[in-house]
Amino acid sequence: MAVETTTRAKLRWGLLDVVVVVFALIPVLWIASLSFKTPATLTDGRFWPREWTLDNYRTIFATDQFVRALVNSIGIALIATVIAVVLGAMAAYAISRLDFPGKRLLVGVSLLIAMFPQVSLVSPLFDIERQLGLFDTWPGLILPYITFALPLAIYTLSAFFKQIPWDLEKAAKMDGATQGQAFRRVIAPLAAPGLFTTAILVFIFCWNDFLFAISLTSTERSRTVPVALSFFTGESQFEDPTGAICAAAVVITIPIILFVLFFQRRIVSGLTSGAVKG
Amino acid sequence: MSVNATPGGADVAADETATRSGARHAAVPAQRNRRRKPPLSENKKAERRLGWLLCAPAALVMVLVTAYPILYSVWLSLQRFDLRFPDQREFIGLENYVTVLTNEFWWTAFGVTALITVVTVAIELVLGMGLALIMHRTLVGRGIVRTAALIPYGIVTVVAAFSWRYAWTPGTGYLANLFSEGAPLTERASSLAIIMLAEIWKTTPFMALLLMAGLALVPEDLLKAASTDGATAWQRFTKVMLPVMKPAILVALLFRTLDAFRVFDNIFVLTAGGNETSSVSMLAYNNLIRGLNLGIGSTMSVLIFLTVAIIAFVFVKLFGTAAPGSDDGERR
Repeated sequence: MAVETTTRAKLRWGLLDVVVVVFALIPVLWIASLSFKTPATLTDGRFWPREWTLDNYRTIFATDQFVRALVNSIGIALIATVIAVVLGAMAAYAISRLDFPGKRLLVGVSLLIAMFPQVSLVSPLFDIERQLGLFDTWPGLILPYITFALPLAIYTLSAFFKQIPWDLEKAAKMDGATQGQAFRRVIAPLAAPGLFTTAILVFIFCWNDFLFAISLTSTERSRTVPVALSFFTGESQFEDPTGAICAAAVVITIPIILFVLFFQRRIVSGLTSGAVKG
Repeated sequence: MSVNATPGGADVAADETATRSGARHAAVPAQRNRRRKPPLSENKKAERRLGWLLCAPAALVMVLVTAYPILYSVWLSLQRFDLRFPDQREFIGLENYVTVLTNEFWWTAFGVTALITVVTVAIELVLGMGLALIMHRTLVGRGIVRTAALIPYGIVTVVAAFSWRYAWTPGTGYLANLFSEGAPLTERASSLAIIMLAEIWKTTPFMALLLMAGLALVPEDLLKAASTDGATAWQRFTKVMLPVMKPAILVALLFRTLDAFRVFDNIFVLTAGGNETSSVSMLAYNNLIRGLNLGIGSTMSVLIFLTVAIIAFVFVKLFGTAAPGSDDGERR
């Protein structure tokens, strides 16, 4: 009987899974389909291409412009993510665990930064970066990314740290664990879901940013993929770059998929047994 | 980046100091010392120092990068400053605010933005919760579901918006003939519906991911105990899961609302603001970047900021102690 219910449960979950996947992927498949269409059939309004071609992919890899942008994007997003999550975790730990004056101020100010329309911050930032020589460099993008990712990181992480039963650590030490063991075995697994969630969100934010990237870069030295996309043109100026843009969109979605695949398995319940609460 | 190495190492060390400080710095054995209020014991001072030390890097980066740009745009909003007529630049106090607030385009855009915000955030919260439950609890293909569900959020917004525009344009798209009315992106109601659909499709995963991480904090034992005590699924959801998830829900709602109110990319690509579908951010952009009217554009930015600040304030008040940094929010 138990077997039967689990099979049925599995079926039910499987069905729900299918609904989710379809909901999420149809527009993505549409982009992919556009990327395989020939210029002649691009606008035929069909969901699946009638004629398949890889030309669009050849176009984007024909020059090293796109590859350079890809390297820039990956490097900048990874560095910014690591720094933002580390700094955010430190601040969030203090906010959720320690009592010190200025805490509310920090929380308030970081929210304020998250709220200000970024459109109006771009041109003053441009001026500053020109003067400091940061314009069109990796740090020139990494710094604003860290800054605008930090509020989200701090909020997310302190929300999670607040829910961690820190007494468990004391209990572990009472049971003879060292400080290091207590941290590694008890606290780290509990903090992991929050940390990896934050890392995924920050990475996607940096990866997708267009506004800062187009304003604070000028050459392929630091130009990221979303900006490189906007410089795409067809083979001649009369040719529509839609196919190439879609091909590039497909290519740049792959790192996101890998990143999420890799980190999502860390977002599981750390509190499966023995956590005494309430 | 050398900034990277030091705080990274300090983080772990600092964590240890934090938890040890209870035992170490206390001359008196009583560990609960800091809960009462003996004015600045040694313990307390150490806690303060550590708190400041841990927050300093984040605070420094944020303030250094944004202080000047933010103050500068507030300053601009108090001036008549149009790059087309640079010699007419002068300080005019709040006159720009009067100009904007008595302008009907502003209020139309404001209405559109408010509508989009309320509808999308409400739908996304419900869908996101469902999605989070599926991603968290599913028995089959968890990795695939989680990854597939997050792809919409990972796709570059502008590209996704273009694909929607293509899909809804008669002659090129597979969705255009779904309703026989003609071109859906040329009418106001259907345009707004499509914009909202694109927003919801794109950002529900954001909501779902945050909520899922909140779900991961719900102790399994507690759920089992509740179900042994005869709680229905709905009771388990409202009485056990929701209270633990409250901080996660606040963060998800707060940041999603802030973003939704500043909706820009989707509208920009889908309708370019035609048929009265402009959002307030589009107006600000048109004035700042296209119109080169820095005074009016900055005024709009400040007004958007103030509106968003009010929304944030209401949320934080509604959620009370679940908000980060609230004093009594500290665990026991």
